[in-house]
Amino acid sequence: MIVERPPAFSAAPTGAVRRRPWRRALARPSLPATAGLVVVVSFFAVQAPELLTWPGIAGVLDTAAVLGVGGVAVALLMIAGHFDFSVGVLALASSLVMAMLIGYAGWGTWPALLVSLAAALAVGLINGLLVVITGVSSFLVTLGTFLVLQGISLVGAQRVTSTARLSDLSHARGWSSAARVFDSTLQMGIARFHSSLLWWLALTAVASWALWRTRFGNAVFASGGARRAARELGVPVGPTTVGLFCVTSTAGWLMGTFGLLRTGGVQPNAPALGTAIDCVVVAVIGGCLLTGGFGSAFGAAVGSLLYAVAREGIILSGWDPRWFQSMLGLLLLTALLANGVVRRRLKAVPRS
Amino acid sequence: MSRPLPAHPPVDATDSAGAAAPALELRKLTVRHGGVEALARVSATLHAGEITCVLGENGSGKSTLVSVLSGLRRHDEGKLLIGGTPRHFRSPRQARAAGIATVWQDLAVAPLLSVWRNFFLGAEPTRGVWPLRRLDLARARETTVRAMARVGVLGLDPDQPASALQAGERQSLSVARALHFGARALVIDEPTTPITLARQTLFGQAVLAARAEGLAVVLVTNNPRYAHLIGDRFLLLAGGQVAGHLTRDDVDADVLTALMAGGEELTTLTSALTALHPELGER
Repeated sequence: MIVERPPAFSAAPTGAVRRRPWRRALARPSLPATAGLVVVVSFFAVQAPELLTWPGIAGVLDTAAVLGVGGVAVALLMIAGHFDFSVGVLALASSLVMAMLIGYAGWGTWPALLVSLAAALAVGLINGLLVVITGVSSFLVTLGTFLVLQGISLVGAQRVTSTARLSDLSHARGWSSAARVFDSTLQMGIARFHSSLLWWLALTAVASWALWRTRFGNAVFASGGARRAARELGVPVGPTTVGLFCVTSTAGWLMGTFGLLRTGGVQPNAPALGTAIDCVVVAVIGGCLLTGGFGSAFGAAVGSLLYAVAREGIILSGWDPRWFQSMLGLLLLTALLANGVVRRRLKAVPRS
Repeated sequence: MSRPLPAHPPVDATDSAGAAAPALELRKLTVRHGGVEALARVSATLHAGEITCVLGENGSGKSTLVSVLSGLRRHDEGKLLIGGTPRHFRSPRQARAAGIATVWQDLAVAPLLSVWRNFFLGAEPTRGVWPLRRLDLARARETTVRAMARVGVLGLDPDQPASALQAGERQSLSVARALHFGARALVIDEPTTPITLARQTLFGQAVLAARAEGLAVVLVTNNPRYAHLIGDRFLLLAGGQVAGHLTRDDVDADVLTALMAGGEELTTLTSALTALHPELGER
């Protein structure tokens, strides 16, 4: 043994090195979204004061929760450097599968839920395997699966409207117990909170913990930010990617389940095209970089809150709801610019 | 509930018979990229406590050799023996678990991750049981600071992102990581990033210290003079085959330079050109 071992260092270097906690806060991916949220909330608080009443808040949280479930999943995927278009259409497709199994085949609610979950997982698996094996950009692969599912769902939805047999499923076996899990409500005065809110908060917390405190999280960050280095160090990049595609498809299924159990049937004219991009928009507003390696689950949650406030605010202000798309685009562009600035300026700042 | 870190577990360099088995041995190792043989029947013995320098032109199979030794690629034919046992690594994780750590040419550093996350990437220390198994942050930070101090980077904040490190510090991170995980062998694909003489000296010291600790060191380099200075054996590769296997006593630095820098290439070029243009041979 010739190596000189210098005296052991104390675990935490002294204050001279660990300084500037405010800069650390500035480097958080969720910062631009949080600032945007403050601006949008104060704007609509003036425009539409009903937004800050209990029913208004419940409405915002409900929109944010359903979308946020998909947004958090897509955020994880984007941190790993990939993209999923098919989340929104999976929500529609899996609720259709459930409705058909219950309405036509006479299945109980729980078996139908499990089978549609398996179908969603199969789509996620196909997405993930195609991306990993062929190396084709996930943008294109999931655009493909999105179109395929969209076509199938539209045809299926048309059948639904022509027969009207799937519009009320709430008499199926196990419906009430499933509804308790996925769509119980809490009435507070005139405001009504749905249990999707709890799902959203729990999933965001779990995702955040997994990202920062587990091996899996390290693998996610490394797969996105430095894929070659990750491979060289033996990080399971392929399995992590496939797993994340399964997570996003499960999130899509969960969104579909919320919708189905709430309305008691499939809404065939629910715009799947909208939600297809919305989850991605929410993740980007929340600070995820398209190139991967940067982002947070908390950011995605703030992003979906921002989305929901803008949407409910426009409705409550009595504006034409079609303005919402333009507003969303504006928010997205602002978020992209802000993220770019934050990343360039503060890349060199501690963040973990 | 904590799992031991793979930091320098005892390695018995001797087999059951008591005779020293080489730390690493390649027997007629062949690796194909598609139909092309990147390595063709390469045999070599890499002893513990020795520095073997791998020299060769670009495309001679040096990087393929590195990726086989470190588990990134699987060999198609032949054998790779680790301490006398044939192994087929399926991932760099397995190679690292077998005590073979690599300093990659691109350093394998993720710029947006913090220093300690980079240090342990792919082999993080954890505590707790599965659903709640989580990173052991305190241990990871402490080990990182200690290992970085060992290669001469003092007063480091392990939480700063790797992109905030200077180029030389990033290289030190890569070396410190390999020294920490390499219990049996150290594979160094000489980084191309330019570094200061002081860092180069530290780097050389680290390599020599690893040799003194009894590790088999494989150093892939483009600098024959440096190789001769530091190396005990020299493995010359050309076109995926072993062009020469020399010891320090066989050659001096000038011969090594000539062998390395175009000696062979020039001979081939000359014969090819003279075959096409016989008048060149008269010069």
